[in-house]
Amino acid sequence: MSLETQKKEFKPLIVAFCCNWCSYAGADLAGTSRLSYPATVKVIRVPCSCRVNPLFVLRAFQRGADGVIIAGCHPGDCHYTTGNYYARRRMTLLFSMLDYLGIERERTRVEWISAAEGVKFSTTMNEFAQTIQALGENKRLEDLRCKESLE
Amino acid sequence: MQRIFGIISEKAKQLLSDGTCDRMIGWKRGEFFYDPTPAVFSGAGDLEDFVYDGFCGSNLSKYLIQQSAKEGKILALLKPCDTYSLNQLVKEHRVRRENVYVLGVECRGMLDIDKIRALGVKGIQSIEENGDQLTVHTLYGDKTIERSEVLLEKCRCCKSKEFATQDDLAVTGEPMPEAPADRFDMVKKLEAMTPDERFAFWRSELSKCIRCNACRNVCPACSCVKCVFDNDASGVASKANTDTFEENMFHIIRAFHVAGRCTDCGECSRVCPQHIPLHLLNRKFIKDINEFYGEYQAGADTESRGPLTDYTTDDVEPSVVMQRGGGK
Amino acid sequence: MLKLAIDRLPELFAGLAENRALYLPTEQAGQVEYGPWTPEAKVRLDALNTVKSAKDLFFPQSENLMAFKTQGKNISILDTRKEPQPFVIFGVRACDAASFDILDRVFLAEPVDSYYAARREQGTVITRACFEPEESCFCGVFGIDALHPAGDIATWETGGFLYWDSLTDKGAALTESVSGLFDPADSNELAAAIDRAKAIFEKLPLHDLSLNGFDGDATARLFDSPKWQELSQSCIGCGTCTFVCPTCQCYDIRDYDTGHGIQRFRCWDSCMYSDFTKMAHGNPRTTQLERFRQRFMHKLVYFPANNDGAYSCVGCGRCLTKCPISMNIVKVIKTLGVKEDV
Repeated sequence: MSLETQKKEFKPLIVAFCCNWCSYAGADLAGTSRLSYPATVKVIRVPCSCRVNPLFVLRAFQRGADGVIIAGCHPGDCHYTTGNYYARRRMTLLFSMLDYLGIERERTRVEWISAAEGVKFSTTMNEFAQTIQALGENKRLEDLRCKESLE
Repeated sequence: MQRIFGIISEKAKQLLSDGTCDRMIGWKRGEFFYDPTPAVFSGAGDLEDFVYDGFCGSNLSKYLIQQSAKEGKILALLKPCDTYSLNQLVKEHRVRRENVYVLGVECRGMLDIDKIRALGVKGIQSIEENGDQLTVHTLYGDKTIERSEVLLEKCRCCKSKEFATQDDLAVTGEPMPEAPADRFDMVKKLEAMTPDERFAFWRSELSKCIRCNACRNVCPACSCVKCVFDNDASGVASKANTDTFEENMFHIIRAFHVAGRCTDCGECSRVCPQHIPLHLLNRKFIKDINEFYGEYQAGADTESRGPLTDYTTDDVEPSVVMQRGGGK
Repeated sequence: MLKLAIDRLPELFAGLAENRALYLPTEQAGQVEYGPWTPEAKVRLDALNTVKSAKDLFFPQSENLMAFKTQGKNISILDTRKEPQPFVIFGVRACDAASFDILDRVFLAEPVDSYYAARREQGTVITRACFEPEESCFCGVFGIDALHPAGDIATWETGGFLYWDSLTDKGAALTESVSGLFDPADSNELAAAIDRAKAIFEKLPLHDLSLNGFDGDATARLFDSPKWQELSQSCIGCGTCTFVCPTCQCYDIRDYDTGHGIQRFRCWDSCMYSDFTKMAHGNPRTTQLERFRQRFMHKLVYFPANNDGAYSCVGCGRCLTKCPISMNIVKVIKTLGVKEDV
């Protein structure tokens, strides 16, 4: 492989919003269990999946994300009792709207990952990263100012 | 129109002079026949310039946030669809209902001067309404057009001839014309397109946006004291769409922030100087909410929980979007 | 004067666009705006007003000014300006053409705005006479003759021909580059069409709008007028009137953190916005009444007071057709003006 093509190889950037109580602990367990997931997945810890404002998702894309995943406690297991139920409705409507605007529906996802599911965390992230890798760069919801170099 | 105007004027004079109401919000005659401005009238003797005709499309509900916070009672002239907006504002504790006297006014569907212009009619001087037909007198001769062709979008798909709330009614009792179109027609058409087609459609529409904020400022559901897009600390504040991303973001978030609270009053599309079909974003949310969580009409009542402040344990998962129809 | 058969317009456009960008009214998703000409573009010369005015080409809604990059404790300033390129705007109406003079007074006065000046330098304006004005037109009130528009080159379309007249050296130079397309013409060929149109202009409902009472000394009389209250009471505080206005020239300068540097840009601002001219202490105009008053006082009183009596309005009528609540400069003039002595 020449230097030129190496430089251009697409490495997806994935932002994972993980709820503090379940999914973030799930990521911890994946780590301590020595399960791997791609380094391109950047985890942002949030107190609850319902903390994720639709603007967070859009802003992640603006700042260069190619995929955004929101991981929270399983429905019924929310640390705050009902937070993830609200998140579920919000994200359903948001994803549907993005799809309606012609933005690839594979770029956004919600998964329920408990603190005991290190394996699920790892497989979910691997699988999502593969999906995004196959999909290619986020072009439809990008902000050119954040991509171009200033020169 | 002349008859209903007479009925409203009579009632207004009565209510303002017998002490039931202290002032009235309605429409004031404009420079031309088609540009009345919302205005507050101070009493029964102040109604000289009051008008009510086919061009009073604006929804006066949002003004009641400020007006109902003042002393005394305000007489509000609300068309059937406007009463839903008022109800929603009452539900959100933005309007003090006890300070408002709602006079529900009959509406045959309001006209859109821009649609008349879009038919190639220039130099408009006056319009005569003859039932379902309009005769437009212009500097360049007369033209006859169908009334149903030049209705405001919200009236083309009129959602209700019923008043969601009212203290008194001003109606002629004449039968009202049926709405000529289904409000989800265009949403369905877009859903059936491929993502590439949808993307092209919205790019072409949203790239016209000049970020004047008229859609936001006129919206009765957009009643935040400080909007996230005006808050420098939010990181998304801007006065211009400096990148295509901002065009998308502004409109997705604008529509999302009113999802479940939008009564489909259609003001956003009516005021857009670029005629961007913004209602198609709101109606998409309404359609999704109806399909996922059951039929819901915001503003139909003042008590029920809105769909986004409610849940059931067996709601659909967000992955439902992956399984839905439409081109792939 | 020269002329060209209308069906040869595409040849003219191709000729004009050969060595420079050509902008003209084009239709996108049902709306007409100035856009670049391509053989596929949906050209709409018949449209009287574009939504945004032609000022967008000299003073764009947003433009990058410079950029910053920080490395450690060092900050470097990057010049992001591009080499200005020549361009042509075709089909500018007399009102928009007159607005350039107003913008020039602001941007070309010392200190000269180099971004604006570069575009003015590079741009050649081809105007188009209006034979079919709208009822909302009132450019005549400001002494603008829509049948003899200003610009570098003026054009008239009538009887199947486009008549072409260079008014400046810049215009003559451009004419030179496409002169092969034209036949000589006599200005008398236009006389009949102009007379017909004149009769229409006299019938326009706003043709006799009086500006009596709006002179440079009107500040004291108008500023505290109680009528501002009723005029502004239903203003929703959007920026439509300002953004469609050909003469509004206020802008805001902002920094955008791109994650790898800072992009400094300017964009149109609106005095109708609650954060207009916001400073450390807050906003000097805290109510919509004050913001509303500022807009019209600026156009009708402050600007003429500082610019030899020139009003900052050209009567294009855009705010009349676009305001969400149908409040506009004509209603303000009629409410606050002084009746002329009979």
